[in-house]
Amino acid sequence: MTDVTLAELCIFACSEAFRNNGEVVATGVGPVPRLAASLAKLTHSPELMMTDGECYLVEQPVPIGPRKYEDRKAAGYLPFSRFFDAAVWTGRRHAMVTPTQIDRFGQINLSQLGGTHQQPKTQMLGVRGFPGNTIYHPNSFFFPSHTTRVFVAGEVDMVSGVGYNPAKRVPGGNYSAVSLRTIVTNLCVMDFGGPDNAVRVVSLHPGVTFAQVQEATGFELIDAVAGETALPGADELAIIASLDPHGIRASVIKDNPPARSAAA
Amino acid sequence: MLDKRMTPAEIVGQLSDGMTIGIGGWGPRRKPMALVREILRSDLKDLTIVAYGGADVGMLCAAGKVKKLVFAFVSLDAIPLEPWFRKAREAGQLEVLELDEGMVQWGLKAAAFQLPFLPTRVGLGTDLAALGGLKTVQSPYADGETLIAMPALKLDAALLHVNRSDWRGNVHVFGPDVYYDEWFARAAAKTYVSCEELVDKIEDHYADQAQYNIVERAFISGVTHIPCGAHPSSMPPAYGWDMKAFKAYTDAAKDPGDWNAVKDRFVGANEADYLAGFGGKEAVAALPLPIF
Repeated sequence: MTDVTLAELCIFACSEAFRNNGEVVATGVGPVPRLAASLAKLTHSPELMMTDGECYLVEQPVPIGPRKYEDRKAAGYLPFSRFFDAAVWTGRRHAMVTPTQIDRFGQINLSQLGGTHQQPKTQMLGVRGFPGNTIYHPNSFFFPSHTTRVFVAGEVDMVSGVGYNPAKRVPGGNYSAVSLRTIVTNLCVMDFGGPDNAVRVVSLHPGVTFAQVQEATGFELIDAVAGETALPGADELAIIASLDPHGIRASVIKDNPPARSAAA
Repeated sequence: MLDKRMTPAEIVGQLSDGMTIGIGGWGPRRKPMALVREILRSDLKDLTIVAYGGADVGMLCAAGKVKKLVFAFVSLDAIPLEPWFRKAREAGQLEVLELDEGMVQWGLKAAAFQLPFLPTRVGLGTDLAALGGLKTVQSPYADGETLIAMPALKLDAALLHVNRSDWRGNVHVFGPDVYYDEWFARAAAKTYVSCEELVDKIEDHYADQAQYNIVERAFISGVTHIPCGAHPSSMPPAYGWDMKAFKAYTDAAKDPGDWNAVKDRFVGANEADYLAGFGGKEAVAALPLPIF
């Protein structure tokens, strides 16, 4: 399996986050999370629901990249106009996204960097749906470049999504649905399984050391490494290839390295 | 018969400085861009804009029309970061109320139902409440839950672009997703729609398509006929977004980076001039629908 790429390993690892989720909408934003959700549906979790990226629910995941407008077989309907009523605020969804920053509490930022709210140094998208997603349904994360700029020391610049920070929790609020699940990066797989939901490293990609991951992270990690991150098999690779016929996954991680030389 | 036909200039003439205006559509999708351009040709200023923002927000910010922006994101989808909105934010020129996407529609619903607020969990545990001055309420029932009181987003006016309308404001919208346009309309004191097709009495022509009527005509105050009025945003099934135009618009934010130097191209003296700059109606009609 020397020709498995790191991106493909990440897709396979991300797809595990969607196992045993039940009949929920699996939303992967960006090529790797989207391919991961589709792979999960086509392998271990056919009960997952997902959209074509626009507004139709499909039972056959649509490939990413250019395709014909009609190349989707709608089985259901989930437009933005129903999204909060049906998927987000009912908790029937699991999203995997790539925020710009994340901190030790799992607080995420997609809005702005530096400066003030009145005058940010760098304006990004805005909080989008992160506040609602994080208080209502499970969320996981994928980061193609694991650095201290992403995994920040202290707290994120603008808390766009709910984490496990007790100081941010308004007393009396209902946080029972906050559920941060898996973090997959170009170096490792992590979860929030430590004491008080502290971030743990649970597997390292081939050739990566825990020290390397810690070095690239702005806060202290727990070493709960149980082994090497599993590589996808031939069947999974074939499905990934069919879902990404234009090879967009090759552009996600810098230089598209093979899975086996992740340490290089 | 009720006749709500107006010219675009008459619609903008109904708006005044300092108003709160909601803009329908989503990002680069089915935005009432021709009406936005008509605002950009006017002297209107100090507006509060409520939108799921795209180039509508970017252009109004670039032109200095926006005093305050109520938003959850501003994006052109394939170009994730709206360049002129970023410039305005990074220059510190806007007051903002930043909200979650779901909170925006919730605030519009509160306004539509004439309520001061609607309760929600959304926003708790984030910086939104502190930054936006959002208050909490406590459930009066046994659960005693603390919730954010999402204030009503009352609009003085809303602008929508629809596929079809009749003179009375019976609208049809055909896109696979109609976003939150109906709530913008019900949250607004007056709603003005531009349309691709205008007919006298819709029931005489399209009685079998009434399910495309996304909002009742009681909420529509004015109707104007502007084919290609969503360009450069998408207008399914009639035409897709014009990513080439968005790319040029994005590049212009860097070079020359001065809205006054490029506004002739992206706003034009009138709609005919504007469209001619992008190949005319034939070119717009040929734009493929976006793939997500």
